[in-house]
Amino acid sequence: MATHNTAFPRELEDEAIYILREVAAQFEKPVLLFSGGKDSITLVRLAQKAFYPARIPFPLLHVDTGHNFEETIRFRDELVEELGLELIVRYVQDSIDQQKVTEETGKYASRNVLQTVTLLDAIEEFGFDACIGGARRDEEKARAKERIFSVRNDFGQWDAKKQRPELFDMLNGKINMGENVRVFPISNWTELDVWNYIREEELAIPSIYYSHERETFERDGQILPYSSFMTVSEDEPVSTRMVRFRTVGDMTCTAAVESTAVAIEDIIAEILSATVSERGARIDDKRSEAAMEKRKQAGYF
Amino acid sequence: MDVLKIATAGSVDDGKSTLIGRLLFETNSITTDKLEAIMASSKKKGLDYVDLSLLTDGLIAEREQGITIDVAHIYCSTPTRKFIIADTPGHFEYTRNMVTGASNANVSMILVDARNGVVEQTFRHFYISCLLRIPNVVVCVNKMDLVDYDQTRFEEIKAAFMAFAEKVRFAGQEISFIPISSLYGENLVRHSEHMPWYQETPLLSLLEAIPLEQHLSEEPSRFPVQFVVRPKSEEFHDYRAYAGKVASGLLRKGERVVVLPSGQETTIARIEKFGREIEAAQAKESVSVLLQDDVDISRGDMIVPLSQLPQQSRELEATICWMDKKPLRVGSTYLLQHGVNVAKAKVSALSNLIDVVSLENNQQVSELKLNEIADVQLKTAKEFFYDAFADNRANGSFILIDEQTNSTVGVGMIK
Repeated sequence: MATHNTAFPRELEDEAIYILREVAAQFEKPVLLFSGGKDSITLVRLAQKAFYPARIPFPLLHVDTGHNFEETIRFRDELVEELGLELIVRYVQDSIDQQKVTEETGKYASRNVLQTVTLLDAIEEFGFDACIGGARRDEEKARAKERIFSVRNDFGQWDAKKQRPELFDMLNGKINMGENVRVFPISNWTELDVWNYIREEELAIPSIYYSHERETFERDGQILPYSSFMTVSEDEPVSTRMVRFRTVGDMTCTAAVESTAVAIEDIIAEILSATVSERGARIDDKRSEAAMEKRKQAGYF
Repeated sequence: MDVLKIATAGSVDDGKSTLIGRLLFETNSITTDKLEAIMASSKKKGLDYVDLSLLTDGLIAEREQGITIDVAHIYCSTPTRKFIIADTPGHFEYTRNMVTGASNANVSMILVDARNGVVEQTFRHFYISCLLRIPNVVVCVNKMDLVDYDQTRFEEIKAAFMAFAEKVRFAGQEISFIPISSLYGENLVRHSEHMPWYQETPLLSLLEAIPLEQHLSEEPSRFPVQFVVRPKSEEFHDYRAYAGKVASGLLRKGERVVVLPSGQETTIARIEKFGREIEAAQAKESVSVLLQDDVDISRGDMIVPLSQLPQQSRELEATICWMDKKPLRVGSTYLLQHGVNVAKAKVSALSNLIDVVSLENNQQVSELKLNEIADVQLKTAKEFFYDAFADNRANGSFILIDEQTNSTVGVGMIK
């Protein structure tokens, strides 16, 4: 990665605020998809700025896989409380209990794919017409192709070959009944931009982004957090390491990195010298070269 | 730090992907896991080299066919500047995606294969760069290693390009030429030892030095109202602000302004960013504006300085690039979106269908098909407040939306 540090380009913030205001103006029932990760925390700050001093005019939706880091959930609840936000939580466990999805089995079992069904059900339940997400184009090559207003059909699917042209800064949010739009206000930000923004805005983030002691084990060259949700085999000894996480996902598919970073500055320094990308620590992307595109076709966010 | 937006176009054969891959590599923007992934894919495809196009061709269909279908956005940065590269398809059938990727660009980077010279695609890309009034064009004459780094060949290509360019370029547009080899990294970051005859700056330094669009702030100020902020809370009981992004110019506190379409005059009392007061807001800044008087304003209205009014009309004349399979016909109606303002529009006349390669004009136009460019006259259901695209890119463009499909079907540049 780049070997230099820089200030956050403020133009990106202006663009994101513009996009959020378009969402509020063009849609009846928008929702902000909130995972408790750094990108969705950034979105919340941007939404605060876009509508200040009025309240954020849409709720947050958290699709809970049940395999969360408890630090994230605690952080989520504190943030919602502090800012007086409306939070909706829907559980993958409920989708499993209703037999809409079947839990994966085996060593690599994860609920990451299952959450798509829970998300689509929530969209239908509340009639959301716009879902704001913190995905960035620099994360992954299928995401690099996505528009800022990305139309999904009534099955929540993304059709990569039929994307609407998006010209200048004009955003067309018109949709047919049953369709919804996924909106990505921080499309043009990189991982480093997000961290510089968090530093400059002095935003609080869940403690798992900082170095901490954790029970872990090694698998396929990656350090995974040990938890009761994981199937660990005998040749995968569990040991305590000083680690931190670069992304906050489902516990079963988020790998840790060994780190001594205790402050934002340390995290930024680590990213600047890192040779592995952020999603390199996401096991869900490693399933195949087209893993992300295929999940998006199925309605994944 | 500032942001420079670059649009590139071309097919995989002209070395565009290799060039982008090189730029990522030279700015340390590519990580080992991404590199390892494409090395593995290259090997699987039976290639004996690392195919850097796999970095940017993100869709299954693109990798299958070895072509770019849709715009990919790629990011890299140097200590002074962040670059956003819109990697766009060069094939004729994806012209609309090229226009999409290029519409926000400050720089158009055109690749020419030194062996083949200027080809149809080069003309198309340059024409679209001019249509969108992209202020800087950088022509990279690539694969110089395959023509023995020959200066004469470079000069020939430059002359052929300029012969076409002189016919379509606009006043003030900068065109530069660089002889490069993206495969060997010649003239990208450092001067090439093989081309001592080239004395100008290497590509990356050139991109770092391109001036951003300062003129945006010198243009008349245009503030389209996006959203009315009314907290209705106890603390901010009477608070009413107009949120939006400054399209062009500089918006100043204390300035006398007119609100369109009502025509009411007032003064800018305060400009805010997240509650913090600022004296002036420049183009592209998202702010909230508070006015001295109680004026009736809603989304789509525009606040402009009393001294610099835009044009106001229900009839528009524009150059259109058509982006839908269903052709545009005289008499059809669409939704016209100009900034954040939307109204119905009817096509009243169609003329000047242009062949972007031969530059021939066809006056007899009955319909406009996908990827075609022509002049159009429109009647709109309400008044729009606009400037000519040539004077003001931000306030001179619009899109057309099909009312049945809701899709964006065309883009217009107002005359």
